[in-house]
Amino acid sequence: MTSLLSLQGVSKRFGGLQALTKVSFDLPEGQILGLIGPNGAGKTTLFNAINGVYPPEEGSILFRGRDVTRFKPYEHARLGMARTHQIVQPLNELTVRENVMVGACFGHENHSLGQAARIADEVLEFVGLAVRSEQLAGSLNVAQKKRLELARALAARPHLLLLDEVLAGLNSSEIDGMVQTVLKIREQGVTILMIEHVMKVVMNVSDRIIVLDYGQQIAEGSPQEIAANQRVIEAYLGDPKLAESLMEEA
Amino acid sequence: MKLWNQYRGLIAPVLVVALLAVWPMLTGKPANRESAFTILKAIALASSLNILLGYTGYVSFGHIVFYGFGGYVGIFLLSGMGWPLWASILAGGLASGLLAFLLGSAILRLRGGYFALATIGVNEAMRAFINKFDLFGGPTGITLNFSVYKAYGGAAQALQTSFYIGAALALLALAISYLVRTSKFGLGLLAIRENEDAAEVMGIAAPWAKTWAYVLSAIVPGMIGVLFFFKNGNVEPGDAFPLHASIELLVMVMLGGQGTVLGPILGAFAYQGMRGYLVTSPVFKDIQLSVSGALLLLIVLFIPAGAIGWLRQRVPLLRRVLA
Repeated sequence: MTSLLSLQGVSKRFGGLQALTKVSFDLPEGQILGLIGPNGAGKTTLFNAINGVYPPEEGSILFRGRDVTRFKPYEHARLGMARTHQIVQPLNELTVRENVMVGACFGHENHSLGQAARIADEVLEFVGLAVRSEQLAGSLNVAQKKRLELARALAARPHLLLLDEVLAGLNSSEIDGMVQTVLKIREQGVTILMIEHVMKVVMNVSDRIIVLDYGQQIAEGSPQEIAANQRVIEAYLGDPKLAESLMEEA
Repeated sequence: MKLWNQYRGLIAPVLVVALLAVWPMLTGKPANRESAFTILKAIALASSLNILLGYTGYVSFGHIVFYGFGGYVGIFLLSGMGWPLWASILAGGLASGLLAFLLGSAILRLRGGYFALATIGVNEAMRAFINKFDLFGGPTGITLNFSVYKAYGGAAQALQTSFYIGAALALLALAISYLVRTSKFGLGLLAIRENEDAAEVMGIAAPWAKTWAYVLSAIVPGMIGVLFFFKNGNVEPGDAFPLHASIELLVMVMLGGQGTVLGPILGAFAYQGMRGYLVTSPVFKDIQLSVSGALLLLIVLFIPAGAIGWLRQRVPLLRRVLA
């Protein structure tokens, strides 16, 4: 198995706060890696380090065999990395279709406007926003904006997709719809790194899981191993019985 | 049909400029030609500023620096080096483009209000520098020798030719504005305007895109500067770098509708019309700029999208024809 993304000893510090301490992992092509941990554990910071928003001070990041540690976010995008934001970042005054076209135009496939419009329509159909394509992005509700984030990232036809809490703020039927969408994306062979708080989903869809706590990587393994891990239960899952019940639901 | 769909957003803008160009000929009054030239110049400058302000979302309070700098370079070449008018105009545009490239690489790293402040500084620094720069005549500037106009059939004919070149430059500014607005590069600029961080995450090389937007917005103003000072017969620091003119340009773009092709044209038209009334009115002639300032405040508070933007929001059908 070749790894698409590989982190070695990645550390990030903001002033006196050590946000990430020597995080290392390999993400093989075609897998879904779940990233969990309490609030403030450094999950989003890790995403920002991976895609160049806040490059790490120490350690190295390899993406498709290239050292991309010091790359800018747009250079990562051009290599085929796409992400969604935990706090949605729609381009409000542009239409939904234009938002998605931006993803297709400036991703690694570098499409023309005409091709991008076609891809945008396909992707909007896929995420269920086709009827909204002419609306301004600012007029969407939160669940729709989450889907728009996902559509924009997908339109880039990325090799690696970073999903930052795409389920947060959605109701349970919206969650089911989104989970189906994520699984369909995986079927298309896209490698996914996802931050998620909805445990039954993470346990269900991830091939492997990494747990962060205070910027430290406290556990890594299959969903079964994570649910049984004593440190993880103390730091995050809380109740061992809850952990068991999560596994049963999964 | 496809061609029509592709270019219908250009129809109204081109029509306005074409009408302005033939209006003096139809009425046969030289005064009308001067009014029309002033409006064409405002259209060219406002449409250029719109590329930066309207599409990219960066406020430049000192955009007139490109008009003044390009004008100086062109007039120097025309008068001191004996270059023909067309070559001087081109050189003025290129000089302003180059200035924007160098400036952009330095100050476009600043965002929001800090960039706006830096642009004021640039204009004032350039004025102070030219004031001491002997090659460009220092504080007295450069005055064209009357014999320069002989090559263009005398002064009267030169004025007529300048008018048509002015119309051509206004069309050029429109064409650039339209091509940018409808291109992939333009989509990237709009994305930067809406959210620069998200745009970068989606793969837009923002530093590069912003610098080129700045360059594109500087070229036509440089060319217009050369033409205006050629027509004027002389150029001096106070005329070349008037800070208030930069602010008037902002009012025009905001009034008509930033980020649209037609907006700055409409804004230039309306603003010049209003200004013409104000400077001749006994009540307003001394406080003409205060009225502009108040107008800018009202636009920002109540119709931030400008006239065209407001129409587009209210009447969705118009979106097809109002680019």
